[in-house]
Amino acid sequence: MKKYIIATGILAMLTLGQACKKDSDFLEKQPTDNLSVASVWKDKNLVLTLVGDLYDRYPDYQNIEAWWDFTNFDEAFASAGGDYFRHQNTEYNYDSWNYWDYGFMREINLFIKRGGESTNLLAKEDTDRFLAEARFVRAGVYFELVKRMGGVPLLLEPLTYDYSGDPTPLRVARSKESEMYDFIIKEMEEIKVLLPDNNADPSRASKGAALALESRAALYAGSIAKYGAATPEVSLPGGEVGIPASMANGYYQIALRAAEEIITGGKYSLYKKNTNLQENFAALFIDKANPEVIFVKDYKLKTKKAHGFTIDNQPRSIAEEAQGGRLNPSLNLVQSFEMLDNSFAPLASVSGSNPIYYTNLTDIFAGRDARLGGTVILPGTQFKGKNIDIWAGYQLASGAIVTGTNFAEIKTNVLPGNTGAVQVVGGDGPLDGVEFSAQSGFYVRKFLDPAAGSGQIGTRSEVRWIRYRFAEVYLNAAEAAFELNNTAKAAGYLKEVRDRAGLTTALTAGQITFDRIVHERRVELAFEGHQLWDMKRWRLAHKVWNGTANTAADFTTATNIGSSEKVNTMVFGLWPYKYYAPGDPNDGKYLFKVVKPSRVTAAHRFRMGNYYSQFNQDILNGNPLIIRNPNQ
Amino acid sequence: MRKIFLNIALASIVFLGSCKKDNFDAPESDFSGRLLYQGQQIHVRHAGFGAELWQKGFGKFGVINVNFNQEGMFSSKLFDGNYKFTVSNSQVPFLWPKNAAGRPDSLDVNLSGDKVMDLEVRPYFMLRSPVITYSAGAVNATCSVEKIITDANGRDLERVTLYVNNTQFVDDQSTNNKAKQDLSGAAISNPANLTMSVAMPTFSPVQNYAFARIGIKISGIENMVFSPVVKLTF
Repeated sequence: MKKYIIATGILAMLTLGQACKKDSDFLEKQPTDNLSVASVWKDKNLVLTLVGDLYDRYPDYQNIEAWWDFTNFDEAFASAGGDYFRHQNTEYNYDSWNYWDYGFMREINLFIKRGGESTNLLAKEDTDRFLAEARFVRAGVYFELVKRMGGVPLLLEPLTYDYSGDPTPLRVARSKESEMYDFIIKEMEEIKVLLPDNNADPSRASKGAALALESRAALYAGSIAKYGAATPEVSLPGGEVGIPASMANGYYQIALRAAEEIITGGKYSLYKKNTNLQENFAALFIDKANPEVIFVKDYKLKTKKAHGFTIDNQPRSIAEEAQGGRLNPSLNLVQSFEMLDNSFAPLASVSGSNPIYYTNLTDIFAGRDARLGGTVILPGTQFKGKNIDIWAGYQLASGAIVTGTNFAEIKTNVLPGNTGAVQVVGGDGPLDGVEFSAQSGFYVRKFLDPAAGSGQIGTRSEVRWIRYRFAEVYLNAAEAAFELNNTAKAAGYLKEVRDRAGLTTALTAGQITFDRIVHERRVELAFEGHQLWDMKRWRLAHKVWNGTANTAADFTTATNIGSSEKVNTMVFGLWPYKYYAPGDPNDGKYLFKVVKPSRVTAAHRFRMGNYYSQFNQDILNGNPLIIRNPNQ
Repeated sequence: MRKIFLNIALASIVFLGSCKKDNFDAPESDFSGRLLYQGQQIHVRHAGFGAELWQKGFGKFGVINVNFNQEGMFSSKLFDGNYKFTVSNSQVPFLWPKNAAGRPDSLDVNLSGDKVMDLEVRPYFMLRSPVITYSAGAVNATCSVEKIITDANGRDLERVTLYVNNTQFVDDQSTNNKAKQDLSGAAISNPANLTMSVAMPTFSPVQNYAFARIGIKISGIENMVFSPVVKLTF
């Protein structure tokens, strides 16, 4: 009996005693699967993961995770079955490259708000740095928005809906385009002192990154103000699109000042580790111990953060998978790399109507800007220590061409006087209409990873995507100085960049023209996501992509290669052939033909309505205060 | 046997039952029209720009885009109802009235049954009396250009161009233009009497006909005004 009483008593104590806990303790149990705002802002490492997420979502239009976007504007041919359409549509849609990520913007603003409310929990310098980084990302997102859409609602606080049934208080009208740039410049000036002044970790914002962003943004604003005056139809009466010409000089001065602050700061220098200038330029994008990079998106092998740029674009003959070779730089780009004497010349494929014969495949490219070989894999060169095999077939003395339809195809008894089996086309093509072959005659080299395994699906690549680098800062400074009529200073800054490319005959102050500035950015920054925005801000896009078809004469006998308004609407290629004529002195030499890949059928046309992208109807329905962009 | 019959009955219930409610009537009213200036059709580029139709009362807005064809005509099959009609705010070769906010103004269209609505607009320039002929290996053209809008809204003549094409879609954007001749606006002294001539190109594959028309480029306006397409046989 006694036993039972004790047992019952213990049971009762366990049951009732449990209930003595306060209700609030029970109800306010901390969840174990996510972290509260307060607990995150106690720990520096937890906040860093949030900042990392913000950096990860930093927007780019063209980057190495989307090789195909580099082919939209005739800098390259898309050698892949599903991407030929990029060369077959005349017009760009009005909503092309539009961008509207206010979900991300809200999260950035929430981060800034919460960080500001809990400053006492972390060391002040840590909080300051985190908040400055978030503001850097926010300015980057607004920069992306203004580049693509013009002025947009400038929200600096997370909006909260009060469930009253009336969403009117949440509606914000578009700011002026100039106000967007003013905001970016002001933010960068404020946060530059809060960020570390070194390039120890270029995947995080630094003082240099803030100034580089400021310099680029001010340069864009300045050129929109100056060159927008020539296209008055690309503007809105409220200033949401278009900046008054009177503001140009002010922006150029800011661009120059910000760029010079980086240059005189001395924390960065141009990458010059290799005396072979071509190899040096290619290594600039690969080498992670690099004094030139300012702000990057970094990748790491054996994590989810690795990319397949090298898988997609490795030369087909030496590929580590049965694919590659998608991004083929166009002859349009290749021929724009100037000669070492600072002159422009087409690649000499014909003299009158006769072909020019070259002993080696690379001879035709000799004496050019070293950046050519660093940006493009040329026929007759190597990658990963292996020979690239780009040649289109045999040209016989009779004029007939012997070629194949498969990579490195071997045919028997096709050459006169030779009954044996011979390879009739290169292992990399060019094969017209065959994906992964070098259909323009070239492969891309910039950002292509030379590491073993980088071309395997199971390994991938950790080459960084460089968003800001020091050479661009020089070019920003040069352009701003030029626009402020200080051509001597512009020549000095251009010289720094051009010396590294082997162009050692310096341009004099009198030789600096607008065309020179445009040209230098095109060749230095090819495949780095600048082309579209540069062409837009100079209001050159509708002249360069004007819908007029390019012809072979634009490449064989071009005289206006250095012109900023040279029409660039169709991708052309340059195909090498082996000359087969036993007994002829030119037997065994190479000749080159300018070709238009057959998949290129339309000439691109950039309409006035493409300067600023169209807002989706959903955005307009949700916020009637948003006014539409012009000419669409 | 009975099983088969049952199955058929079941199948007809399932399949015929779905014919009733969830199938909607297709739009049935034809709505069409032309771009006119004083009764004369304005020819433009095929699908160069379009009209927009908007309808209220169905929640969110969505536009119905209707492009103009080469003859400056549009047509669309629509449901009956009340629409707002406007032309897209792209660069059109005529003046479309604007509202106070600077946006293209709109027309009310009530559709019940087929409807034809011609649009009387004021083009910047009109192409008058175009004649295109073929003789002795050359395409010859004559026309006159009349400036319609002469007030502050007027624009300059950038060029007049004769296009020869192997397809019937002849315009400035066609990649099938095999020959063309430009007369730059600055070089034109007498716009009332323009003559152009261009050698008939060779076509591959060979064909014994070609299409040609004359276009007027207005400075600062992307879409050109054209003459009717002429088929030339040789």
